[in-house]
Amino acid sequence: MFEYCTDPSSLDSLQWWSCYLTTNKQIMFYQSFGTVLALLLATAPVILLFGFGGALARRSRFLPLRLFGLGYTSMVRGIPDIIFFMFALIALDQGIEYVRHIVLCPDWTEPVRQGNDFVVCAAAKMPPNNAPQWVHEVYGFFLALVGYSVVYGAFAANTLFGAFQAVPHAQLETAAAFGMSKRKAFWRILLPQMWVYALPGLSNLWMILVKATPLLFLLGVKDIVYWANELGGAKTARFTYPHGDWRLGYFLVLLAFYLILTWVSERGFERLNRYVSRGHASRGGST
Amino acid sequence: MNFLVKIAAIALAATFAVNGASAKTLRMGTEGKYPPFNFVNDNGQVDGFERELGDELCKRAGYTCTWVTNDWDSIIPNLVSGNYDTIMAGMSITPERQKVIDFTQEYFPPDPSSYVALAGTKPDLKKGVIAAQTSTIQANYVASSGARLVEFASADETIAAVKSGEADAVLADTGYLNDIVKASNGELAFVGDKVYIGGGIGMGVRKSDSEIRDKMNAAIESMKKDGSLSKLIAKWFNGRKVTW
Repeated sequence: MFEYCTDPSSLDSLQWWSCYLTTNKQIMFYQSFGTVLALLLATAPVILLFGFGGALARRSRFLPLRLFGLGYTSMVRGIPDIIFFMFALIALDQGIEYVRHIVLCPDWTEPVRQGNDFVVCAAAKMPPNNAPQWVHEVYGFFLALVGYSVVYGAFAANTLFGAFQAVPHAQLETAAAFGMSKRKAFWRILLPQMWVYALPGLSNLWMILVKATPLLFLLGVKDIVYWANELGGAKTARFTYPHGDWRLGYFLVLLAFYLILTWVSERGFERLNRYVSRGHASRGGST
Repeated sequence: MNFLVKIAAIALAATFAVNGASAKTLRMGTEGKYPPFNFVNDNGQVDGFERELGDELCKRAGYTCTWVTNDWDSIIPNLVSGNYDTIMAGMSITPERQKVIDFTQEYFPPDPSSYVALAGTKPDLKKGVIAAQTSTIQANYVASSGARLVEFASADETIAAVKSGEADAVLADTGYLNDIVKASNGELAFVGDKVYIGGGIGMGVRKSDSEIRDKMNAAIESMKKDGSLSKLIAKWFNGRKVTW
């Protein structure tokens, strides 16, 4: 980064640090904070979408849809996250490749499963073998996003389902008495009031999601935990910047990051709660 | 709704996009935590003996290669499920692993394993607490030797365990430990006798990929013959002499 960094062994400590903290590897560590935030910001709306889908399916008067909603929420909630992440994503990844294989290589005769091996034709590889590494990383990120959305969507569905039930039934009856159609009553009466009951649960879910981001590492996405571990490990003279075991320091940085993130989220949810409670005499908004 | 349909169409098109995949690109899987065999250098690139060797092998075999890192623990499952095409990660050729994947001929001779402990201590290697990396030949050896095995996900953590006193000693490849003992400035020292376990180190490939295996075998053979492999080993392992 700086000109004097060419021979780190001759530097005094201030310059050494300025060089060390600006190596490419360190910059990858800084960028991985962005990866984690991007994952959080990208999954949150999808989780809400899945949650709404699940909750509305469970409330549906159409039996198969109701069973589907119930099945989705109970299944995901009952299976340990980690199994779901590992299994569902490998299945999704191989499923996409399998479908591509059938469509793109119709004259391929060898079996896809050969013993332990999963073999598809070169054109069906997703992403293709010759794609640059960043494409592989974006694809991995996308799979992770799907995984988080499916799992946390089920939790959101349950929270939202509960919140829909919690809105006093008298409110809907009154709406009907005023001549509102079901649809209108949903948008004008049920939905705005539902948020008051849903927010505490959703904010909990958000916190859990924040704390679950280190699982990204298990999915092959190089997140902050991966880099902290990698950079913090002791480095021998093979490296340009040899040092001892600095994992404690790196993990303290992560601790600070997560604390700040949860603190900011806390504040955000407080404001949101005040906003959705406006005009309610019962819960958060007493005015 | 129109918007959703468009997004779905784009996603579908992306899913079935035909790539001009030349079969010549290989993704080389490695651990990236086992210097000097393989490690991620300060530039964030895979580096080390296996990187240099692998690049040369790819050149001779006519492949374009890209390097990816993967945790040691899941390095074989991710090979067979097709996330990358080869493993070059200081992996000894063992009958157990050969049940799942194929290996090329060895590109590094059998490396005896050594015990390392805090300097000045005399750990009981038969009954004490010995650290080793998960799913390695050393872990298997310790487990069957009667000593208490503590496993760690990476080699670096096994060393940290010895330094912190959590384990009495660590068992690992001598080629890896040489560097560690040297860098510790007298804090760590070799103890006990060397242990001869495992075969040489080879490149792992899927059983169904006999073409890659044969081409790489030929490339390794040619590097053994012209002496360039011995030179590479001497360069990365403190002048170690190997003749084939």
